[in-house]
Amino acid sequence: MNKIIDLLKQNARFSNAQIADMLGMSESEVSAQIKELEDKGIIKGYSVILNEEIYDNSQVTATIELKVTPQRDCGFDVIAKTIMMYDEVESVSLMSGAYDLAIEVTGKNLKDVALFVSEKLSTIEGVLSTATHFILKKYKEKGIFIEGEDVDERGFVCP
Amino acid sequence: MIDYNKALSDKVKKMKPSGIRKFFDIAATKKDVISLGVGEPDFSTPWAIRKSAINTLERKKIIYGANKGIEILRDAICTYINKKYGVQYNSEDEVIVTVGGSEAIDLSIRALIDPGDEVLVVEPSFVCYSPLVELVGGVAVPVPTRIENNFKLTPEDLEGKITDKTKLLILPFPNNPTGAVMTKEDLEKIADVIRDTNIIVLSDEIYSELTYGRKHYSIIQIDGMRERTIYVNGFSKAYAMTGWRLGYLTAPKEIVSQLVKIHQYGIMCSPFISQNAAVEALNSCENEVKKMVSEYDTRRRFLVKELNRIGLECFSPEGAFYVFPCIKSTGLSSEEFCERLLDEENVACVPGNAFGECGEGFIRISYAYSLKHLTEAVSRMENFVNKIKAEQK
Repeated sequence: MNKIIDLLKQNARFSNAQIADMLGMSESEVSAQIKELEDKGIIKGYSVILNEEIYDNSQVTATIELKVTPQRDCGFDVIAKTIMMYDEVESVSLMSGAYDLAIEVTGKNLKDVALFVSEKLSTIEGVLSTATHFILKKYKEKGIFIEGEDVDERGFVCP
Repeated sequence: MIDYNKALSDKVKKMKPSGIRKFFDIAATKKDVISLGVGEPDFSTPWAIRKSAINTLERKKIIYGANKGIEILRDAICTYINKKYGVQYNSEDEVIVTVGGSEAIDLSIRALIDPGDEVLVVEPSFVCYSPLVELVGGVAVPVPTRIENNFKLTPEDLEGKITDKTKLLILPFPNNPTGAVMTKEDLEKIADVIRDTNIIVLSDEIYSELTYGRKHYSIIQIDGMRERTIYVNGFSKAYAMTGWRLGYLTAPKEIVSQLVKIHQYGIMCSPFISQNAAVEALNSCENEVKKMVSEYDTRRRFLVKELNRIGLECFSPEGAFYVFPCIKSTGLSSEEFCERLLDEENVACVPGNAFGECGEGFIRISYAYSLKHLTEAVSRMENFVNKIKAEQK
């Protein structure tokens, strides 16, 4: 794994200077490599991980399992790209197993999401069925503890 | 009323409690303390090792096993040493599996030292050597190493320390607390001094897997040194297995046959579950070790740069998981520095003099912590150093 990516995954707010120190590189090398990763489209963006129990933005999120009919020549791509155009949709993934697409949808409330599913998603041609699961609580996201801490049980000082 | 003072051994009463105990007690009473004081990995023991222990619990009788250690582990240890250093030990009579590297050190000292014998203890170093030497009536002779030599042991450091009574040289590299390592060339110079004497070397290489940018070299690889060296290693640091309490020593059979008697009467045998799990560690965990080393290396570079930036001069250590910055520029002693840092910024470090007098003027910082934790600690230390500098003006 690329060591810069490894560090950015831990904390995307590490400065180029900090990363340079950690990896024994110069700051300009780090900045050039990150630019290259961005230019190549390997790094697509940087985001923030929130504890939504504390930061209450009055939103609900649901994971929706979709079964769809693949289309000739392009499989699931067209339908996935149609779905991802909606602002309500946070993520779209093609899955192996019992269903085809997993999508994450946010809305103001339960009804909002339910309406989106029934009026927009289900009516897309090729969508065979949906199963909506509302997220109640997140414990860990992208390797970061949201609920509780990774408690250090070691003593304060030992030789 | 019983007079406990009379009941207890004079030698034991004279033993000083570990110098870092005091900080532990203070730190434990405070809230929001972030510690940089721990000498054990923050990683979990690799899953394959834990799984192996679970298998042992499920399938095997948990028995004593052979005094010197279970055969498959002794074999694995000898194979490992041969692979790493190209040095052969006979797994039948040249290995003892011990309760941590600590027991191996204790056994060696007890088996070699008679009252009045002198032991050269390279300092700064782990806190256990001198007290154990004094417990058996030996005389611990400190051999200070210096920042000018990057805390390596030089032949000049040994000059004048070797007498007719010198029995043992304790060689602790990669070093806790300094992070110093000894290269092949460095060790050859020491070997030249020792080779024609009757001195045994106790080489505590517990941090051998944790070196950065350079492969660890062992003194047993040098001509004529295998026959006069007790090689000590263990599983705690390399495989994040501190709580499993498992280490080992290898030495010529003339030495091992004596040490094993003490082990047999004092300990009987090392924990059976840990021994079985340790076989897995040696056989299949090289990649996990590499990952941990790479993560430690990142933190090491970060800390060295940051400490120098905030004005604590810090040489770049090449082993273990400690940095050992100089705090003399603050005008404080090691203990004052650590006490005030804990009191004013809630950061716990270990004063360098806990590891020998020549550690005065330095503090030990462990990087067995996440980068997030280290970043916060450095920022608190920066506040503290700035405050001290403002006071000086």
